Amino acid sequence: MEAAVGRLIPADENGPGAKEAGVAAFIDLQLASAWGNGDHFYSRGPFVQGTPQQGYQLAFTPAQMFRIGIAGLDQAARQAKGAAFADLEPERQDALLADAEHGKLDFGALPSGVFFGALLDATMEGFFSDPIHGGNQDKVGWKLVGFPGVHASYANDIERHNVAWTRPPASIADAAES
Amino acid sequence: MSKTLPPVDVVLVGGGWTGTLIGKELAAAGQRVVVLERGEPRWTSPNFQAPGVRDELKYGRRDELHQNTATETYTFRNRADETALPMRRWQFASPGNHLGGAGVHWSGVLYRWDPVEFKLRSHYTKRYGAKIFSDDITAQDWPLTYDELESYYDRFDRLVGASGYAGNLKGVLQPGGNPFEPWRSNPYPNPPMKVPYASALFGEAALKLGYHPYVQPSALSTRPYVNSEGLQMNGCVYCGFCSNFGCEQFAKASPQVCVLPAALKLPTFELRTNSHVLRVNLDRERKRATGVTYVDAAGVETFQPAEIVFLCAFAINNTRLLLLSGIGKPYDPSTGEGVVGRNYTHQTTSTVSLFFDEETKLNPFMAAGAAAVTMDDFCTDNFDHGPHGFVGGGYVQIQVVSGAPIGNRAVPPGTPVWGSAWKKAVKRYYNHSMPITITGSNLPVRGGYLSLDPTYTDAWGQPLLRITYDLPDNDIKLSAFLTDKGTEIGKAMRGVTLAVGNPRKKPYASTSYQSTHINGGAAIGNDPKTSVTNRFGQCWDVPNVFVAGSALFPQNSCFNPTGTIG
Repeated sequence: MEAAVGRLIPADENGPGAKEAGVAAFIDLQLASAWGNGDHFYSRGPFVQGTPQQGYQLAFTPAQMFRIGIAGLDQAARQAKGAAFADLEPERQDALLADAEHGKLDFGALPSGVFFGALLDATMEGFFSDPIHGGNQDKVGWKLVGFPGVHASYANDIERHNVAWTRPPASIADAAES
Repeated sequence: MSKTLPPVDVVLVGGGWTGTLIGKELAAAGQRVVVLERGEPRWTSPNFQAPGVRDELKYGRRDELHQNTATETYTFRNRADETALPMRRWQFASPGNHLGGAGVHWSGVLYRWDPVEFKLRSHYTKRYGAKIFSDDITAQDWPLTYDELESYYDRFDRLVGASGYAGNLKGVLQPGGNPFEPWRSNPYPNPPMKVPYASALFGEAALKLGYHPYVQPSALSTRPYVNSEGLQMNGCVYCGFCSNFGCEQFAKASPQVCVLPAALKLPTFELRTNSHVLRVNLDRERKRATGVTYVDAAGVETFQPAEIVFLCAFAINNTRLLLLSGIGKPYDPSTGEGVVGRNYTHQTTSTVSLFFDEETKLNPFMAAGAAAVTMDDFCTDNFDHGPHGFVGGGYVQIQVVSGAPIGNRAVPPGTPVWGSAWKKAVKRYYNHSMPITITGSNLPVRGGYLSLDPTYTDAWGQPLLRITYDLPDNDIKLSAFLTDKGTEIGKAMRGVTLAVGNPRKKPYASTSYQSTHINGGAAIGNDPKTSVTNRFGQCWDVPNVFVAGSALFPQNSCFNPTGTIG
């Protein structure tokens, strides 16, 4: 997981990536949460594949999907390259992720493109959500884009147009302590 | 196991805007009133307090304030010859749940509908001829006029602490106001909202092109204000955690802030939360309601007898309750007969993605749900539809709702969605991108309707509501026209380097967020053959059952619904 999210948002000249942000730990916590286990997910059958306009129609909860998808990605790495996903060169990891993105890997009942979409969504959530959820450590996601976090009020700033905001970002935990 | 409670005069299903408002009015008139709310009791304090409430993951992504699809959702198909499948998670809209309903997590956008909207079919027919409506459109006039409703709009303004600048006071146009505004008897109680930079740039370009931009009216109080119930509101601080969030500030109007503290002081008003209504009970002749059956907080099926029943649940959930209770004749699209479920509509929304040079610092996190510069030049009948071949219209605006970065970080089309190239682009464009949003009217079609699903059930074993809908060609033309106009304005804005229009296209999809304004199924009208209720929202077939809210809309306006619902 850490290797995969580290390729989706890599550490590079623009700063730390998802691995450094703790996104893998974030995803672990999310998958163990009520949401990961199917809260806010209609899980009654029958499960029938419909039109694209009818949306997601698989039975997997987020936790079930990630268990299959991460194992599938590793299996695909071993079959194609003879090594665990985490041990591959970054270029080879990228190629496998691109295959998953385009639905070219075989994860059995779980289309690899569906898993890739869920992994990318969760990675973005972990990189940009408040650090209380375990990701975005040191607010690296917010610093990348310049989001100030939970600053209390912009009533005196919103009409000072075209002025750069320079204060460091604050998280929920920072604000609770101040 | 079930139990029967002592009778009351009035039972109201749902603790949102309509249930709390009607309940309070009736309790003040001496009626013994019970409001049944399916969700939990959540209040500005302690539930919506900072900093904990400013959590995009919890409220923006995990549906904290939305109906839980695990227990109740809708099924969807485009056409009657398809099999509807459940929306397993929300994408197309964010139906409200818990005390206050969608009146908690809304954006506070506050419009009055244009007088034309209430006479839609007759007005357009008179101006352009009957052929302006294609055969599949089932739009129809309201049994009410704007003039009849104006005093209620006026009362609601003072209840919610409306902010804005009057454009039309008693028929006299006001300099600097929106010249297309319907007449109003009083100015807004509070001054207009502050203007974010992107909205100001939009207004500047729109003015240059000869349009009439103005600051959008809102139900976010702009200063300390005591409302018509004697309840205190505070001024909005533009914190940027507004739409999808409860307001920590007592600035965004909600039932909790503006109605409930007054209602709960009345000895005849009772609120019961965690009370999920299953159906309206009818007498043997099915002409009269005897009360409602609900599941209480402990899971016990409970009968609450009442003389009058008000259906005040979220939007189209009221249509479902009518169908579950056997009130009114269900609509059959193959014959055109029946009324319950007829005239379902949503909102024809689209965007223009704008990307700016690096000198233009937009600070999108300085935001509020309704903070916008907008224009009504292409709304309702404010322009000549003759050359275009469609009816309806929409407003075009830049509304700076949020800069929270899970959901707000556009990059130009064609950018990779992951990896270093994506990362470089998101860093470059986060503070230099903003959509123009276009909110268009939506017409009902003969084949579009609400019914009970034959297969899928909710957590209590009752059929889910089934939505069958696709957009009419009329609205596709409308969206193309409005999105082109929006793109022209975007290209004329200072600092814009790229403007890409994204008009709404067929097919209508449950996978694309359009708005939370889902309407219809219990149309209000004068003719029992084409409506479910009379002009008072009173069911033709069971006269002691009333319907409130947007289920009554025979078609949807471009203007947001809450002002008209209130």
